[in-house]
Amino acid sequence: MHRPLLIALTLLAVALLLSVAIGAVTIPPATLLRILLGRLWGSDLRPDWPPAFEVILFQLRLPHVLLVALSGAALGGSGAAYQGLFRNPLADPYLIGVASGAGLGAVLAMSATQNLAAGSLYQRLGMFTIPVAAFAGALITVALVYGLAFRGRALPDTTLILAGVAVGLFASALTSFLMLRAQGEVRRALAWLMGGATMSGWQPVLVVLPYISVSLIILSAAGHALNVLQFGEEQAQQLGLPVTRLKTLIIAAASLATAAAVAFSGLIGFIGLIVPHLVRFLCGHDYRRLVPLSILGGATALLLADILARTLLAPQELPVGIVTALAGAPFFLWVLRRAQSHAP
Amino acid sequence: MLEIESLTVAYGRRLALQQVSLHIARGEIMALIGPNGAGKTTLIRAVSGVLHPRAGRLRANGYDLTRLSPTQTARCLAVVPQARSLPEGFTVWQTVLLGRTPHLGWLGIPTPHDRQRVAWALASTGTLDLAQRPVEQLSGGEQQRVLLARALAQDTPLLLLDEPTAHLDLHHQTSLLDLVYELARANHLTVLMALHDLNLASIYADRVALLVEGRLQAVGTTTEVFTPERLSAAYRLPVHIIRHPDFGVPLILPDGRKAANAQPHSD
Repeated sequence: MHRPLLIALTLLAVALLLSVAIGAVTIPPATLLRILLGRLWGSDLRPDWPPAFEVILFQLRLPHVLLVALSGAALGGSGAAYQGLFRNPLADPYLIGVASGAGLGAVLAMSATQNLAAGSLYQRLGMFTIPVAAFAGALITVALVYGLAFRGRALPDTTLILAGVAVGLFASALTSFLMLRAQGEVRRALAWLMGGATMSGWQPVLVVLPYISVSLIILSAAGHALNVLQFGEEQAQQLGLPVTRLKTLIIAAASLATAAAVAFSGLIGFIGLIVPHLVRFLCGHDYRRLVPLSILGGATALLLADILARTLLAPQELPVGIVTALAGAPFFLWVLRRAQSHAP
Repeated sequence: MLEIESLTVAYGRRLALQQVSLHIARGEIMALIGPNGAGKTTLIRAVSGVLHPRAGRLRANGYDLTRLSPTQTARCLAVVPQARSLPEGFTVWQTVLLGRTPHLGWLGIPTPHDRQRVAWALASTGTLDLAQRPVEQLSGGEQQRVLLARALAQDTPLLLLDEPTAHLDLHHQTSLLDLVYELARANHLTVLMALHDLNLASIYADRVALLVEGRLQAVGTTTEVFTPERLSAAYRLPVHIIRHPDFGVPLILPDGRKAANAQPHSD
């Protein structure tokens, strides 16, 4: 029962260490551990490493790595929850409009910083303008889709998904239109849309931490409810679940986590789709395990993709969203074929 | 035990049930019969709380069902659905354990008492040997017994069954209804089940309720309800009624067009 969890935690720890160690300046893992232990327990070790290591580690690598891990965790956990909620293997965290809404918000903010009214907003929020706009765009879009999908007291899946697709296409079209009209800023917007916008410094980490951690705790606790929902909403209610309330709670938690991740890291595809499937192939369909393992797996997968993004074309950095798709798709197809050949 | 008063249910503008009133006594087995589209499944769904009635009252065990939360309702009545599409990846044990949902907390962590009730439900339905099998790989008859076990694990005084014998062969139809009958009698359960097969209803139910086009046509023992005129009108088909050679209950012989063209028996 606990073995998969231990393996997932170990893998995550290895990925975290590798991510912190590897970069333009590689810090040997042994040195890395000693620096970290020194900081944690008030060092009586005599530093035999260049002082620059500590600056790189604490000012640059650690916050970057933690933001990547939190984003991956949010995408993996939300993806697992959505696949369970909609009983649809194609569901991912962007299914009902988070991505297109965040994209529209971000591009609106980028193109608006050129005129005066938004200029003052930009001065007040500074580097947070775009993430805040993306976050707001994502949540407004999901709320709109949710509101449109309500039928009396029920929230039918099909209506929810179709409303999500329609509103998403509308927002994407607006985004494209704005990008055509904007000058100069387009490249930045493009990088953001490709998942290459991971912000640096500790501030973004502290901002996303509460949203992502609270949401992921809620999603992990919803494992039993997601299990019951696999029998369909009618049976779930007959087994005693308040179905509409639970759906609302799960959608709210998943959207909040995803919106926070997307706002500070850009649009990163594939993690939320493939990680839950991977966990399902390896550890079965029980959502009480599937959700926590997808959270850990999502963090691990995105950290590995981020290492590749930083090193493949060093010193140039690739948008991590390109790496997750380029490396993730073939890997996923390989797993899919293996799983099918093992099936009875 | 279950009191249905002037229940009216609508799908959009179409009235699926009109002014249906039906009382079921504690420990009684009631079969809902009637042609396709008469409202049998609608009645089961409305009583179980997944459909909101347009008018009327529903009381079970003294509680107003329309005011209970899903959890409270699920402690009062359990539903055995038709085994059509069961999800992948659940073992029989896990499936039956979900019947404990209304008694579990938020996280769904079972206590030893919950496991004991699940083991009892599996043993009562003869599915204990299947406990570790994936439920989607079982035969139709086995799946239906697993769903019955899940409803038993819910520990409710009232059991609703929606066409439990649909898609089962003669042997499995009989053994499933034998099981329902014995469990109901042994555990003092009240049972409301929708049945297509009039003869099975006649053999297993204490009373039957005949629904036609959303209205209740007759309630009573099969001897009272099964008259050729009434059933011919309900099913728009001439029928003969004979007696079961051993139990004396009425049985139905439909008069199809083929039968009408055949030569009558001469001896």
